[in-house]
Amino acid sequence: MSEQKSTLLVTASPHIFSPVNVSKLMWAVVFALLPAFAGSIYFFGLRALLIVLISTFSAVLFDAVAQLLFGRRVTIGDGSAVITGILLGFNLPPNVPWWLPVAGSGFAMVVAKQFFGGLGHNFINPALAGRAFLVASWPTQMTTSYLAPRGGLIPALSQDALKVCTDAVTSATPLNVLKQGSKLVLPGCDPRLLYEQLQSWSTLKRLFFGNTGGCIGETSALLLLIGGILLIAMKVIDWRIPLSYLLTVAGLVLILPGNKANLLNYTLFHLLSGGLMLGAFYMATDYVTSPLTHKGRVIFGIGCGILTVVIRLWGGYPEGVCYSILLMNVATPLIDRLTLPRVFGTRMRR
Amino acid sequence: MVKFRGGIHPREEKEATAYKPIEVAPLPSRAYIPLSQHLGAPSKPVVKKGDKVFTGTTIGEPQGTVSVPTHSSISGTVFDVTEMPHPLTGRPTTTVIIDSDGNDTLDVSIKRQEITQLNPERIISAVKQAGIVGLGGAAFPTFFKMSPPKDKPIDTLIINGCECEPCLTADHRLMLEKPNEIVEGAGFIAQALGVKNVYIAIEDNKPDAILVMREAAERAGFNVVRLKTKYPQGAEKQLIKACLNREVPSGGLPFEVGCIVQNVGTAYAVREAVLFNRPLFERVVTVTGAGVKEPKNLLVRIGTPIRNLIDFCGGYNGEPKKIIMGGPMMGIALGSDQVPVLKGTSGVLIFNQVKEEKEQDCIRCGRCIEACPMGLSPTRLNYHIKAKRFAAAKSDHLLDCIECGCCAYVCPAKIRLVHNFKFGKAEIARLKV
Repeated sequence: MSEQKSTLLVTASPHIFSPVNVSKLMWAVVFALLPAFAGSIYFFGLRALLIVLISTFSAVLFDAVAQLLFGRRVTIGDGSAVITGILLGFNLPPNVPWWLPVAGSGFAMVVAKQFFGGLGHNFINPALAGRAFLVASWPTQMTTSYLAPRGGLIPALSQDALKVCTDAVTSATPLNVLKQGSKLVLPGCDPRLLYEQLQSWSTLKRLFFGNTGGCIGETSALLLLIGGILLIAMKVIDWRIPLSYLLTVAGLVLILPGNKANLLNYTLFHLLSGGLMLGAFYMATDYVTSPLTHKGRVIFGIGCGILTVVIRLWGGYPEGVCYSILLMNVATPLIDRLTLPRVFGTRMRR
Repeated sequence: MVKFRGGIHPREEKEATAYKPIEVAPLPSRAYIPLSQHLGAPSKPVVKKGDKVFTGTTIGEPQGTVSVPTHSSISGTVFDVTEMPHPLTGRPTTTVIIDSDGNDTLDVSIKRQEITQLNPERIISAVKQAGIVGLGGAAFPTFFKMSPPKDKPIDTLIINGCECEPCLTADHRLMLEKPNEIVEGAGFIAQALGVKNVYIAIEDNKPDAILVMREAAERAGFNVVRLKTKYPQGAEKQLIKACLNREVPSGGLPFEVGCIVQNVGTAYAVREAVLFNRPLFERVVTVTGAGVKEPKNLLVRIGTPIRNLIDFCGGYNGEPKKIIMGGPMMGIALGSDQVPVLKGTSGVLIFNQVKEEKEQDCIRCGRCIEACPMGLSPTRLNYHIKAKRFAAAKSDHLLDCIECGCCAYVCPAKIRLVHNFKFGKAEIARLKV
């Protein structure tokens, strides 16, 4: 008989596997976030670097500590905590105090992630949960700590426009300006001028390249798109969520009433401002908290789009990306249940 | 072209043997022939220790309706009739062990048949007497497939030459070397079923086989269908969907959509049985993988220990870590290299390196759902099974799982989905959920 008998491995089929694994997927997302990270350092200086590093390190640390405390295998090497840390940092205004990202990461990793069982079991996106926690707990720091980016002003308007129309000391971001509108306009000035300025090509260009005020990682649509398209091309994320999300936002702002200078510019303004690009490509696509099926992902993206527009146009916040994704996260199990694929050989569902 | 949903594109790894003509493997000095080489009841031994047998002599008679006889694959003396663990299931199975006399004397019953009138009954009985089972791997008795219920009219026969499993080239080589014989066999099956419509389905990664089969098929009026290379293109239900756009109902068999599928190797064996009364005692086996020195396609006698084949292929290349009977997607890992080749053995793979990644928690990426050709939700089924919710798993169609392995292949968390599903199915059967 053969002496190999004892050393042969006997496992169930299949015996070959795709080279993709969890950590490769996670690190691909981290990699895709790097252009936007570099951009944020360029626009906001070392302050941005510091805040994102603090949130990332504390996220990894909190994840590990929580796993140790709960007796789970420590899996910080898989990159998921790093993503949460970077995304949380990206969601903070650059001038927040240093302890704020620590508090946010703590909530994100311990409460939103590990309390529910760790990676794969959390039902809402930890980074967004951390951000929502910070907005609720320290609203002042979270809404006024904006910095003017290199080569730009916080509201993305031109110097001239500021002089003519608005209170020059305002720290409102472009979406804020749109929302507060006439409140910011100096007496004797036509608010239409302000909206026109806000939706002018020069402002849109700033929004696209990133030299406008806003949270650390959300200002440059271009750099976020580069990473996002890379992730789609590498099949790390599914294009359905970002596409349906962006198209819904575009379609709704196009048809709903608003302070429109012209339709195209207004639509582009909504697509490029706030955290929409960051949210659509990097947060709404989080595997754990988004639907499993293709159909479900389209529904999820549309839901995110509708909620974002509703909050932006009629809600209490200038920006709705964070809350719309969180709300849709909660709807994910239901969407999953309703969009299960048709089993081969069973009749089409009605 | 109609496609089936889901599926994967693993690396084909067929280059090692695709250009190697089929070689005849040496006769084993001792053959181990289990009497259970097909789905259905094992056959009953009709020889005893010390009996003289010839190549093709019946050594097991069928028992029950879904059963076929078993034949000796060499001439010589019965060394023993005893219980041995079955190569695939591990369960004790009556096995006839035959010592070769080295002469390979054919049984007298094997000779050119006088074919005056060839009717369906005669073809089907020849196929049954020859012990033919599906050579694609499932080993379902062929005569049984050729006798569908009277109330289910069959209009189409599909001859399966897809060979979608990576690494395997046995069917590919057979199509290149015996195209006319395969077509002739397909003709007998079609005649037995009374169908005019015959498709020969081949994946487009075998253009040479498509070419020669097309030539052979033309004369018989059969169609060669070129299918996209995608695993599991050769799975019966997916094949029917791709060729005919018909969906075999959940829990049903192909004849419910008027269709029968037979492997190319089976068609070849049918020809041998009908024309020569030659039982199924040998088949083509691809021996390949990084763990063997010289990968080959071999014509092998059933019952030959696979160690003999490996030795004939230059021996092991390094220390073998895993030996698989069948393809890398659905094959069975063996615990020993003394296991014999069965009728359903399409390949022997030897790995000298195995990367076993640690299983992680599901991250709900949805890749398994995308890959499942049956439209199942593997991640959901896995949760049910882990939580012992077998009734829920059943109502989520666990029993429709064809164990193709696509979900486990793509899973980034490396969860042993097929393993868990096999367990779940067994539990459903055991607990009668």
